[in-house]
Amino acid sequence: MDLEEKLKILTGAAKYDVACTSSGVSRSGEKGKLGNAAAWGICHSFASDGRCISLLKVLMSNACAYDCSYCVNRRSNDLPRATLSPRELAELTIQFYRRNYIEGLFLSSGVLRNPDYTCEQMIAAIRLLRVDYKFNGYIHAKAIPGTDEKLITELGLLVDRMSVNIELPSSRSLQLLAPNKTKAHILKPMQQIKEGIQENKAALALYKASPKFVPGGQATQLIVGASPETDYSIITLSESLYKRYTLKRVFYSAYIPVQSGRNLPSVDTKPPLLREHRLYQADFLLRFYGFSAKELLSEKTPNFNTAVDPKCNWALNNMDRFPVEVNTAPQEALLRVPGIGVTGAKRIITARKTAKLDFAGLKKLNIVLKRAQYFITCGGKMLEGLKQNPEFILRGLMSEASIRRTYLPDSEQMSIFDEEEYRKCLTGQI
Amino acid sequence: MPYRTDIAYLYDGSFEGLMCCVFESYYKKELPELIFTQEEAQSTLYDIREIESDRGKAARVKSAVKNKISAEALDFVQKAFFTILPRKERIILDFLRKGFKTGGVILDMLTDDTVSVLSKAVSHLGKESALYRGFVRFSEIGGVMVSVIEPKNFVLPLMMDHFCDRYPEEIFVIYDKTHSTMLLGEKGKARLGYVENFEPGEANIGEKAFRRLWQSFYEAIGIQERYNPQCQMSHMPKRYRSQMTEFQERETAPLPLFPEPEARLPGK
Ligand code: SF4
Repeated sequence: MDLEEKLKILTGAAKYDVACTSSGVSRSGEKGKLGNAAAWGICHSFASDGRCISLLKVLMSNACAYDCSYCVNRRSNDLPRATLSPRELAELTIQFYRRNYIEGLFLSSGVLRNPDYTCEQMIAAIRLLRVDYKFNGYIHAKAIPGTDEKLITELGLLVDRMSVNIELPSSRSLQLLAPNKTKAHILKPMQQIKEGIQENKAALALYKASPKFVPGGQATQLIVGASPETDYSIITLSESLYKRYTLKRVFYSAYIPVQSGRNLPSVDTKPPLLREHRLYQADFLLRFYGFSAKELLSEKTPNFNTAVDPKCNWALNNMDRFPVEVNTAPQEALLRVPGIGVTGAKRIITARKTAKLDFAGLKKLNIVLKRAQYFITCGGKMLEGLKQNPEFILRGLMSEASIRRTYLPDSEQMSIFDEEEYRKCLTGQI
Repeated sequence: MPYRTDIAYLYDGSFEGLMCCVFESYYKKELPELIFTQEEAQSTLYDIREIESDRGKAARVKSAVKNKISAEALDFVQKAFFTILPRKERIILDFLRKGFKTGGVILDMLTDDTVSVLSKAVSHLGKESALYRGFVRFSEIGGVMVSVIEPKNFVLPLMMDHFCDRYPEEIFVIYDKTHSTMLLGEKGKARLGYVENFEPGEANIGEKAFRRLWQSFYEAIGIQERYNPQCQMSHMPKRYRSQMTEFQERETAPLPLFPEPEARLPGK
């Protein structure tokens, strides 16, 4: 099999993994080496599905020994199998990187024989890159659940970020759909990586030249829609992952039915893209806006409103906290206004040091009033003609979505997002 | 004495030259209606005065900006100068005049029209240069990594440090077709220079093979069930794609083979 064929197969097999960011590490270039890393990450292209391409995202091998029913690579699936050699992987990474196609490598793999053997192969490839090829760019590696601790440590010292995919948001679903994996299997490496990072921080404080262990932190992915968990249980899980395991990112992946299975949604189910989008928005609210999962959803209303984003939804249910006066409100209160993002709040705080803000002034700060107008006052006044009444507001907020639906009657689910929403999903300015 | 406003300044198009216009404006107590370059060939009813570039004067203005306003303000006007904002020279002059009155706080006055207009232009420049950090595509031609871009703003000065840091062992060229300017990086250092025309040479088979592999990767990574050209377009507008490998005709060059020989160093 030629290299192009292998690359196609192993990319196709890796594409469902969404964690393709190159963020979390800032590292300068070094004489004699190739590459650097930028903390905010760099997108090198956007695929036909609109997702950012930052890393060479491939599996080392798709010849998997396991049989997870939601996965294309499962043993019982009849499909061409391929494995890249460490040399091929290293060459591809280096040559793509030199041409500025990528920020680095995202290496995952199906289970080759067993987890330890798989991890050893990955280590061999990454060591070749780091040591022989002097590659100083970004590397994200997957830790295969069930791998020996020593190997995880070895891998962690070579890469920037590691992730263990939880995939299914509850142990029951795991049991049902991924019979070779258990919750303990997944959480153990996660715990180990967390402790490793903590110990390493302490060591670095004492001795600056200590080798770095997973400096970009760890991440995970949850599949949305393959199993019956609610949005509430998903974001509660994310919240505890951020707190308990100090994860850097939780990614959400709308389940795309790749095969039929007794315990799976039928093959013609559309991937729940809007739901995935709402979860990302909520995730931003947890990480940057000071919200807790409990504020956004509850046992009683366990799923997000599809018509408006989670922040609008929260605001509509908490009208007693509004309107907020932009000239005096503290940052935390500004951040809770629908339509004012992290950047917007900062700009308001800077600008009001020297001038009193009115609605025209907010526009000059690039604040989009479409949403925000219902929830703020400038100098004690609301924008003329607006009422502080939830039904009135909801109508105002919803009309855009419904107008778009009427314009694009039989289009895909995704077309109900407008450009602004896309940008927001990239920048997290909600 | 009121300022004279019925005059236009013609300058050489350099940042130094613009700083000399600022000097002239203070020295002669004038607020020119227009500050422009030969290429723009503006028509004006007023007298035109040619302002000569003078390093000494420019340096004096720059250090005044630094000391009386702030170092950030100097950086800000330098960036504003790289943007495509129409009449930017005149607006920069306004900004500096205000800044000399208010001091460093000028950069916080985001609702001031002059500051707001310049900030938007600078953030457009910042976004474009950030996108190009990802979208630049190099080809290895005769041992040099070569690329061409067609930006709106003059982004090269904002990209220099990043690429020098990234490729300390490569010789690389980024040619800005819009502004006929070449960035040449070597041993982690870079220079900018005016180059009228530049055509990268013909790529060899080895180069084409990696293009082909990248094109295959690009095709394979998209998820069909999520096909969404609208979203793709909003992140990566069409104009960026003209020089990107994945949007060029499919390469068919023979593929490379990597047996397991001894280690090879990058670029060798
Ligand atoms: S172990 Fe990973 S690659 Fe293998 S079947 Fe399960 S999910 Fe797929």
